[in-house]
Amino acid sequence: MSEQRRINRGRIDRKSPLSFTFNGSTFTGYAGDTLASALLANGVRIVGRSFKYHRPRGIYSAGSEEPNALVTLNRGPGRVTPNLPATTMELFDGLAASSQNHWPSLRFDAGRINDLLHPLFSAGFYYKTFMWPKSFWDKVYEPLIRRAAGLGRAPTCEDADNYACQFAFCDVLVIGGGPAGLAAALAASQTGARVILADEQSELGGTLLSDCCSSINGQASDEWLGRTISELSERDNVRLLARTTAFGAYHENFFGLCESLTDHHSTLGPNAPRQRLWRVRTKSVVLAQGAIERPLLFDANDQPGIMLAGAAQTYLNRYGVGFNDGPVVATNNDRAWLTAFDLARAAIRDIRLVESRSTVHPALLAEAARLGISVDLDSRITAAKGGPSLKSVRIASSSSGDERAVSCTELFVSGGWTPSLHLHSQSGGKIHWRSDIGAFVPAPSVASQFVAGAGNGEFGLDKALSGGAAAGRAAAADAGFMTSDSIPSYAVSTQDADYLIEPRPPAHFRRAFVDLQNDVTMDDIRQAIQEGFTSVEHIKRYTTNGMATDQGKTSNINALEVSAAALSVAPPEAGLTRFRPPFTPVTFGAIAGINRGDTFQPVRKTPIDAWAEENGAVFEPVSLWRRAFYFPLAGEDKNAAVNRECRTVRNAVGMFDASTLGKIEIVGPDAAEFLNRMYVNAWDKLKPGRCKYGVLLGEDGFIRDDGVIARISASRFHVTTTTGGAPRVLSMMEDYLQTEWPELKVWLTSITEQWAVIAINGPKSKALIAPFISGIDLDDEILPHMAFAEGEIDGVPLRLFRVSFSGERGYELNVPSCYGRQIWERLYNAGQRLGLCAYGTEAMHVLRAEKGYIIIGQDTDGTVTPADAGLSWAISKAKKDFVGKRSLSRADMSLSNRPHLVGLLTVDPSHVLDEGAQVVSQSPGHSPLGHITSSYWSETLQRSIAMALVAGGRDKIGDSVEILTNGSSSPATLTSTVFFDPKGERLNA
Amino acid sequence: MLTILCPVCNISAPELEFVYAGQAHISRPGNPEELSDEDWRDYLFIRANTRGIHAERWRHTHGCARFFNVLRDTCSDLVLATYQIGHEPPLVTLGRD
Repeated sequence: MSEQRRINRGRIDRKSPLSFTFNGSTFTGYAGDTLASALLANGVRIVGRSFKYHRPRGIYSAGSEEPNALVTLNRGPGRVTPNLPATTMELFDGLAASSQNHWPSLRFDAGRINDLLHPLFSAGFYYKTFMWPKSFWDKVYEPLIRRAAGLGRAPTCEDADNYACQFAFCDVLVIGGGPAGLAAALAASQTGARVILADEQSELGGTLLSDCCSSINGQASDEWLGRTISELSERDNVRLLARTTAFGAYHENFFGLCESLTDHHSTLGPNAPRQRLWRVRTKSVVLAQGAIERPLLFDANDQPGIMLAGAAQTYLNRYGVGFNDGPVVATNNDRAWLTAFDLARAAIRDIRLVESRSTVHPALLAEAARLGISVDLDSRITAAKGGPSLKSVRIASSSSGDERAVSCTELFVSGGWTPSLHLHSQSGGKIHWRSDIGAFVPAPSVASQFVAGAGNGEFGLDKALSGGAAAGRAAAADAGFMTSDSIPSYAVSTQDADYLIEPRPPAHFRRAFVDLQNDVTMDDIRQAIQEGFTSVEHIKRYTTNGMATDQGKTSNINALEVSAAALSVAPPEAGLTRFRPPFTPVTFGAIAGINRGDTFQPVRKTPIDAWAEENGAVFEPVSLWRRAFYFPLAGEDKNAAVNRECRTVRNAVGMFDASTLGKIEIVGPDAAEFLNRMYVNAWDKLKPGRCKYGVLLGEDGFIRDDGVIARISASRFHVTTTTGGAPRVLSMMEDYLQTEWPELKVWLTSITEQWAVIAINGPKSKALIAPFISGIDLDDEILPHMAFAEGEIDGVPLRLFRVSFSGERGYELNVPSCYGRQIWERLYNAGQRLGLCAYGTEAMHVLRAEKGYIIIGQDTDGTVTPADAGLSWAISKAKKDFVGKRSLSRADMSLSNRPHLVGLLTVDPSHVLDEGAQVVSQSPGHSPLGHITSSYWSETLQRSIAMALVAGGRDKIGDSVEILTNGSSSPATLTSTVFFDPKGERLNA
Repeated sequence: MLTILCPVCNISAPELEFVYAGQAHISRPGNPEELSDEDWRDYLFIRANTRGIHAERWRHTHGCARFFNVLRDTCSDLVLATYQIGHEPPLVTLGRD
């Protein structure tokens, strides 16, 4: 399709034509176009269907405030992005985009029926509908609503792009690269301050990019722009970031910026990062965010062909897009007159200007007359008519009330300009209403922030430059950078126009759209207030005004005016909702950066992990560690492998990598005293060379951690903790030591990673290790169960613990990590003649459950006391105090119906219960009693076993209960938690 | 992201290097066995939830690993002062109106 509407001006490069597709049709544009400008130039007027009513919509603005022209960009698998504004999408060769929210097509959309039924879909309709019948909830309503809701379609593949990230520090951060921001950057960098300037657009320049006739210090504005950018680029202390949106302001002038790196590239290099997230800490900030134009409210003000007046001027001057003859410009302020003048100078004919004020500056009237523009003063648009796009408007005289229709296909509206306050507000800044512009301005600035230009309510090129320069110099001074050079001054010659309006409550229209993106009308807002939602926070959420991806950039102030009129208050009293980051949507990939996939979280591996992988281990995550779950042989599933591993440990010998468990070395004259204060047990009498099972409580009396603790000498203990608890236990210890008992002479060192731990369990364990150990007498009299000794194994240092978590004779060999694999392999190979196998965490779990040994975090959940868990025996009776002791005597802690840890045996021995299943009583009513904490098939007992926390369980041993799971129930009996070898004889077998 | 001056390292570092550790200046009672259940409960769970200048503890986990005290304005979420464990809080005023 050949280009239809171009005029000979603008910054596009006519020597670089580009081909792109929209909804499958091919068009031509130019380098420098956005998708929106290229579509307009190609006469594409309808670019999507609205959210609720599926009304056809056209391009409304020229920037990131766009509410209508949201498209899906397809760059291939994993690179399909919905809801992108066509107005900010830089055109590249091969760009493929499509419109959203219609079926079967953009032209013929079945969803249009919502518009015909619109009285049913007013504000808050979903709170009042879809209730009956209940059977329809998940079968009919939910699938229908899910399919109908939303604008674009969510991507279904993982994001295929890479994203970079960068921390940066500077003295002055300038946000906004229009005239105010550029002047600020010049003035600030002159002092030697490090300056970063960021602008969301592809080129710096802001309003200067759409300016056709201003001059600055004698240079044409585009010439001044080019020179200024060169000058700034050459300064070492300045970093210019175009295509970079400052999306969030955080504490102490910490800002989040997102830079688009390759979104505008036609082809993507392999691994080229798509975007870069900047985290910038700056001493001071200049906010030069500019202002956004407001729509006018009248019936059907959303017709395709209606656009903001400033946007029309931008398409004309910056992108060289032409418009049809006979456009109407409707306004309440002087600024939009410049759009009419530029249209006339571009040889567009029959321009009509509809001005709501009764008197305007005579110079404007004179220029309009000179250019042949018809003017209606004291007049307003009351309705637009068309279908599918604009065909005519109704113009009414405010004083006489006379209305007439005028044909037109283009209507450019301006309801005033709203300073962008987002980052100022996010920083906690207060706002102040100016009725002369009908909008809020920042007042006062937040510390070390300086606002300039239209964003500060100081409109016009002259004020932008002088205000920007002053702000830049002040920001540099605030950051500690001074210069005796005077602040640059600017002699500006430009078309003069005011941005002031006459405050007037909005007239009421039945179908005037306030929020175009979420299809919220004036009536919706009035209805919300009528229903009692009078707070601005409620109005926003009940109507959803301002909640779409454009976050109310073109609708917040109009909604405020409508609300204020309906509430009969002045606009500032209706209030404004809080601004929150991000300013415009930021893709999750940019925020995640490198923290995804393999680099999302570190995977901690033991020195023996590689051997396990080479030998077919299946792994499971335990905290940040990767641990061998089971070691299947050929043809084995998980159950077969685990059963074999359990049999082998009980009948012969098994070896297990226990390196992940936490280890803390506690050293000093007060070591025993410190342990006495921390753990429930008594430590004074523990002799060197002996171990004890330690239980750690919180001050609230609940079990936090457990582990075997060995005394190496009078002043040295080797403490073990659970795998997941290690950092928390050490932190808890340090907390008490540093802040409660700093007088104690004891030092704590984490040694978790310094020692590899190989657990050898089984009747043949001693036979396996004996030939390799030197310096330790393994005789049971010298080294009984729960003893400790130091020596050597296979020539490397050894800390030997005689302990067992399986109930079989057991030894845990601690060797320095660097020897972990070597010793493991020595023992594994030597063990083959004894029938040894490696076993993983699942077999370990089953074996300990058969013996009733608890696992913290599985059989305890932070609300379990030692008495609940059957561990009262571990508590020292003589100690006056230890962490948690006082809480154990709280009345609640001895209630008889507290959940107690008990064993469960199902009536059907083959039935393995689900962990987490509910335990209920068998009497009618089936009152809940507790839940299953651990459940396994016991190969040793050839039946299922389980442990559970059951109310008053210890007094109910022998009782029958029901276990509920997945709609069925099975009976079980409460038993002791020790299912096997209750006397512990196998420890010495 | 806050910046916090660690009084032990004397380095100003971003919040990422630290971990919050609750209200400050709460000493473990020396004689828990003499406290009523209610007084013990207050020590365990009742906190000031101050609106304004809050004395709290932080730990420099990715640094010197020491605990220290901080005065922070809970309204503006700005750090006003930092000082070592066991020391008295310095006098500060809120900068805002």
